[in-house]
Amino acid sequence: MIKITEKPIDVEKVIETASSLKAGAVNVFIGTVRDNANNKKVVWLEYEAYESMAVSEIRKIIDEAAHRWSLLGWAVSHRIGTLKPGEVAVVVAVSAPHRKASFEACEFIIGELKAKAPIFKKEVFEDGEEWISAGPDRKNQVQA
Amino acid sequence: MACAYYMKIQIRTFGPAREIMGGGLVEVSFPGSTIDELRAMLVSTYPALGRLHSLLIAVNEVYAPDEQVLQPTDTIALIPPVNGG
Repeated sequence: MIKITEKPIDVEKVIETASSLKAGAVNVFIGTVRDNANNKKVVWLEYEAYESMAVSEIRKIIDEAAHRWSLLGWAVSHRIGTLKPGEVAVVVAVSAPHRKASFEACEFIIGELKAKAPIFKKEVFEDGEEWISAGPDRKNQVQA
Repeated sequence: MACAYYMKIQIRTFGPAREIMGGGLVEVSFPGSTIDELRAMLVSTYPALGRLHSLLIAVNEVYAPDEQVLQPTDTIALIPPVNGG
Protein backbone atom coordinates (compact mmCIF):
# COMPACT_ATOMS: atom_id res chain seq x y z
CA MET A 1 0.00 0.00 0.00
CA ILE A 2 1.28 3.44 -0.96
CA LYS A 3 -0.97 6.28 0.05
CA ILE A 4 -0.83 10.07 -0.19
CA THR A 5 -3.66 11.41 1.91
CA GLU A 6 -5.14 14.58 3.34
CA LYS A 7 -6.68 12.62 6.19
CA PRO A 8 -4.87 11.73 9.43
CA ILE A 9 -2.82 8.56 9.00
CA ASP A 10 -4.08 5.43 10.69
CA VAL A 11 -0.75 4.13 12.01
CA GLU A 12 -2.21 0.79 13.14
CA LYS A 13 -3.59 0.16 9.67
CA VAL A 14 -0.23 0.87 8.03
CA ILE A 15 1.46 -1.60 10.40
CA GLU A 16 -1.24 -4.21 9.85
CA THR A 17 -0.89 -3.86 6.06
CA ALA A 18 2.88 -4.40 6.28
CA SER A 19 2.68 -7.37 8.63
CA SER A 20 3.21 -10.98 7.65
CA LEU A 21 2.95 -14.24 9.56
CA LYS A 22 6.25 -15.29 8.01
CA ALA A 23 8.02 -12.25 9.48
CA GLY A 24 10.12 -12.11 12.61
CA ALA A 25 10.20 -8.32 12.63
CA VAL A 26 7.99 -5.38 11.76
CA ASN A 27 9.84 -2.07 11.66
CA VAL A 28 7.93 1.20 11.71
CA PHE A 29 9.10 4.75 11.14
CA ILE A 30 6.73 7.52 12.17
CA GLY A 31 7.67 11.03 11.01
CA THR A 32 6.07 13.79 13.06
CA VAL A 33 5.84 17.57 12.79
CA ARG A 34 8.40 19.43 14.94
CA ASP A 35 7.29 22.57 16.72
CA ASN A 36 10.53 24.38 15.87
CA ALA A 37 12.95 25.06 13.01
CA ASN A 38 16.02 27.32 13.00
CA ASN A 39 15.19 28.35 16.59
CA LYS A 40 11.80 29.61 15.51
CA LYS A 41 8.40 28.35 16.57
CA VAL A 42 6.59 26.44 13.83
CA VAL A 43 2.87 27.22 13.82
CA TRP A 44 2.00 24.70 11.12
CA LEU A 45 3.44 22.91 8.07
CA GLU A 46 1.98 22.71 4.62
CA TYR A 47 2.74 19.61 2.57
CA GLU A 48 2.06 19.47 -1.14
CA ALA A 49 2.67 16.53 -3.48
CA TYR A 50 2.72 15.66 -7.14
CA GLU A 51 0.62 12.73 -6.07
CA SER A 52 0.76 10.34 -9.01
CA MET A 53 4.52 10.77 -9.43
CA ALA A 54 5.12 10.54 -5.67
CA VAL A 55 3.35 7.19 -5.65
CA SER A 56 5.38 5.94 -8.61
CA GLU A 57 8.70 7.14 -7.11
CA ILE A 58 7.88 5.49 -3.76
CA ARG A 59 6.93 2.31 -5.61
CA LYS A 60 10.39 2.20 -7.23
CA ILE A 61 12.03 2.68 -3.82
CA ILE A 62 9.91 -0.08 -2.29
CA ASP A 63 10.67 -2.44 -5.17
CA GLU A 64 14.38 -1.94 -4.62
CA ALA A 65 14.08 -2.39 -0.84
CA ALA A 66 11.88 -5.47 -1.21
CA HIS A 67 14.49 -7.02 -3.46
CA ARG A 68 17.54 -6.06 -1.35
CA TRP A 69 16.14 -7.07 2.03
CA SER A 70 13.66 -9.80 1.03
CA LEU A 71 10.76 -7.93 2.56
CA LEU A 72 7.63 -9.90 3.37
CA GLY A 73 5.34 -6.88 3.58
CA TRP A 74 5.43 -3.11 3.41
CA ALA A 75 3.23 0.00 3.52
CA VAL A 76 3.88 3.74 3.20
CA SER A 77 1.44 6.52 3.96
CA HIS A 78 2.26 10.22 3.58
CA ARG A 79 0.04 13.06 4.69
CA ILE A 80 -0.43 16.26 2.69
CA GLY A 81 -2.20 19.51 3.52
CA THR A 82 -1.92 21.52 6.73
CA LEU A 83 -0.32 19.74 9.70
CA LYS A 84 0.17 21.02 13.23
CA PRO A 85 3.13 20.18 15.51
CA GLY A 86 2.85 16.66 16.89
CA GLU A 87 0.83 15.33 13.95
CA VAL A 88 2.04 12.33 11.96
CA ALA A 89 3.35 13.31 8.53
CA VAL A 90 4.57 9.94 7.28
CA VAL A 91 4.55 6.27 8.28
CA VAL A 92 6.79 3.61 6.75
CA ALA A 93 6.30 0.00 7.87
CA VAL A 94 8.12 -3.08 6.64
CA SER A 95 8.22 -6.69 7.70
CA ALA A 96 11.17 -8.99 7.18
CA PRO A 97 12.30 -12.41 8.37
CA HIS A 98 14.82 -10.83 10.79
CA ARG A 99 15.38 -7.62 12.75
CA LYS A 100 18.48 -6.26 11.01
CA ALA A 101 16.95 -6.36 7.55
CA SER A 102 13.80 -4.63 8.81
CA PHE A 103 15.79 -1.72 10.32
CA GLU A 104 17.93 -1.29 7.23
CA ALA A 105 15.02 -1.46 4.81
CA CYS A 106 12.92 1.00 6.80
CA GLU A 107 15.77 3.52 6.99
CA PHE A 108 16.52 3.10 3.29
CA ILE A 109 12.89 3.70 2.31
CA ILE A 110 12.40 6.87 4.38
CA GLY A 111 15.79 8.24 3.28
CA GLU A 112 15.09 7.68 -0.41
CA LEU A 113 11.54 8.97 -0.05
CA LYS A 114 12.83 12.24 1.38
CA ALA A 115 15.38 12.57 -1.42
CA LYS A 116 13.24 11.57 -4.41
CA ALA A 117 9.49 11.69 -3.87
CA PRO A 118 8.04 14.94 -5.23
CA ILE A 119 6.63 16.13 -1.93
CA PHE A 120 7.12 19.73 -0.84
CA LYS A 121 7.05 21.27 2.61
CA LYS A 122 6.49 24.81 3.78
CA GLU A 123 7.14 25.85 7.36
CA VAL A 124 4.85 28.57 8.60
CA PHE A 125 6.17 30.65 11.49
CA GLU A 126 4.49 33.36 13.51
CA ASP A 127 6.24 36.00 11.38
CA GLY A 128 6.62 34.40 7.94
CA GLU A 129 6.94 31.23 5.93
CA GLU A 130 9.58 29.26 4.09
CA TRP A 131 9.68 26.39 1.59
CA ILE A 132 12.24 23.86 2.76
CA SER A 133 15.06 22.36 0.71
CA ALA A 134 16.55 19.00 1.54
CA GLY A 135 20.17 18.97 2.54
CA PRO A 136 22.36 21.34 4.54
CA ASP A 137 21.50 24.41 2.51
CA ARG A 138 18.05 25.12 3.87
CA LYS A 139 17.76 28.62 2.46
CA ASN A 140 15.22 28.51 -0.28
CA GLN A 141 13.14 31.44 0.66
CA VAL A 142 10.41 32.70 -1.58
CA GLN A 143 9.57 36.28 -0.82
CA ALA A 144 5.81 36.69 -0.57
CA MET B 1 19.17 23.17 -31.11
CA ALA B 2 16.23 25.50 -31.50
CA CYS B 3 13.35 24.32 -33.63
CA ALA B 4 11.72 26.38 -36.33
CA TYR B 5 8.41 26.38 -34.49
CA TYR B 6 7.13 27.11 -31.01
CA MET B 7 5.79 24.21 -29.04
CA LYS B 8 2.88 25.12 -26.77
CA ILE B 9 3.32 23.23 -23.56
CA GLN B 10 1.52 23.05 -20.28
CA ILE B 11 3.62 22.74 -17.17
CA ARG B 12 2.44 21.48 -13.81
CA THR B 13 4.09 23.35 -10.96
CA PHE B 14 4.42 22.66 -7.26
CA GLY B 15 5.53 24.28 -4.01
CA PRO B 16 7.70 27.37 -4.42
CA ALA B 17 7.69 27.02 -8.24
CA ARG B 18 3.88 27.20 -8.19
CA GLU B 19 4.00 30.37 -6.08
CA ILE B 20 6.64 31.96 -8.31
CA MET B 21 4.78 31.17 -11.54
CA GLY B 22 1.41 32.08 -10.11
CA GLY B 23 -0.57 28.91 -10.78
CA GLY B 24 -0.59 25.13 -10.67
CA LEU B 25 -0.79 24.76 -14.45
CA VAL B 26 1.09 27.24 -16.64
CA GLU B 27 1.06 27.31 -20.43
CA VAL B 28 4.17 28.53 -22.22
CA SER B 29 5.34 28.83 -25.82
CA PHE B 30 8.64 26.99 -26.04
CA PRO B 31 10.96 27.61 -29.02
CA GLY B 32 13.51 24.94 -28.04
CA SER B 33 13.45 21.19 -27.74
CA THR B 34 15.36 19.92 -24.68
CA ILE B 35 14.79 19.92 -20.93
CA ASP B 36 17.86 22.10 -20.47
CA GLU B 37 16.49 24.71 -22.88
CA LEU B 38 13.09 24.66 -21.22
CA ARG B 39 14.64 25.21 -17.78
CA ALA B 40 16.78 28.09 -19.11
CA MET B 41 13.75 29.73 -20.69
CA LEU B 42 11.68 29.42 -17.52
CA VAL B 43 14.47 30.79 -15.34
CA SER B 44 14.86 33.74 -17.67
CA THR B 45 11.09 34.42 -17.57
CA TYR B 46 10.83 33.82 -13.82
CA PRO B 47 14.23 34.76 -12.31
CA ALA B 48 13.12 33.66 -8.82
CA LEU B 49 13.18 30.05 -10.10
CA GLY B 50 16.95 30.41 -10.49
CA ARG B 51 17.31 31.07 -6.77
CA LEU B 52 15.81 27.69 -5.84
CA HIS B 53 18.25 25.14 -4.47
CA SER B 54 17.36 22.80 -7.33
CA LEU B 55 14.91 22.72 -10.21
CA LEU B 56 14.25 19.38 -11.85
CA ILE B 57 11.80 18.68 -14.62
CA ALA B 58 9.71 15.53 -14.73
CA VAL B 59 8.46 14.17 -18.04
CA ASN B 60 5.60 11.69 -17.83
CA GLU B 61 6.20 11.40 -14.07
CA VAL B 62 9.89 10.50 -14.35
CA TYR B 63 12.82 12.85 -13.62
CA ALA B 64 14.19 13.81 -17.01
CA PRO B 65 17.87 14.26 -17.94
CA ASP B 66 18.89 17.71 -19.27
CA GLU B 67 19.42 16.51 -22.83
CA GLN B 68 16.04 14.78 -23.19
CA VAL B 69 13.99 16.09 -26.12
CA LEU B 70 10.40 17.05 -25.32
CA GLN B 71 7.50 15.63 -27.29
CA PRO B 72 4.21 17.53 -27.74
CA THR B 73 2.29 14.82 -25.89
CA ASP B 74 4.58 14.77 -22.83
CA THR B 75 3.25 15.59 -19.38
CA ILE B 76 5.69 18.08 -17.95
CA ALA B 77 6.13 19.10 -14.33
CA LEU B 78 8.52 21.46 -12.60
CA ILE B 79 9.97 19.94 -9.44
CA PRO B 80 11.52 22.35 -6.91
CA PRO B 81 13.50 20.97 -3.93
CA VAL B 82 11.67 17.98 -2.43
CA ASN B 83 11.29 17.47 1.27
CA GLY B 84 8.86 14.73 2.20
CA GLY B 85 8.85 12.91 5.51
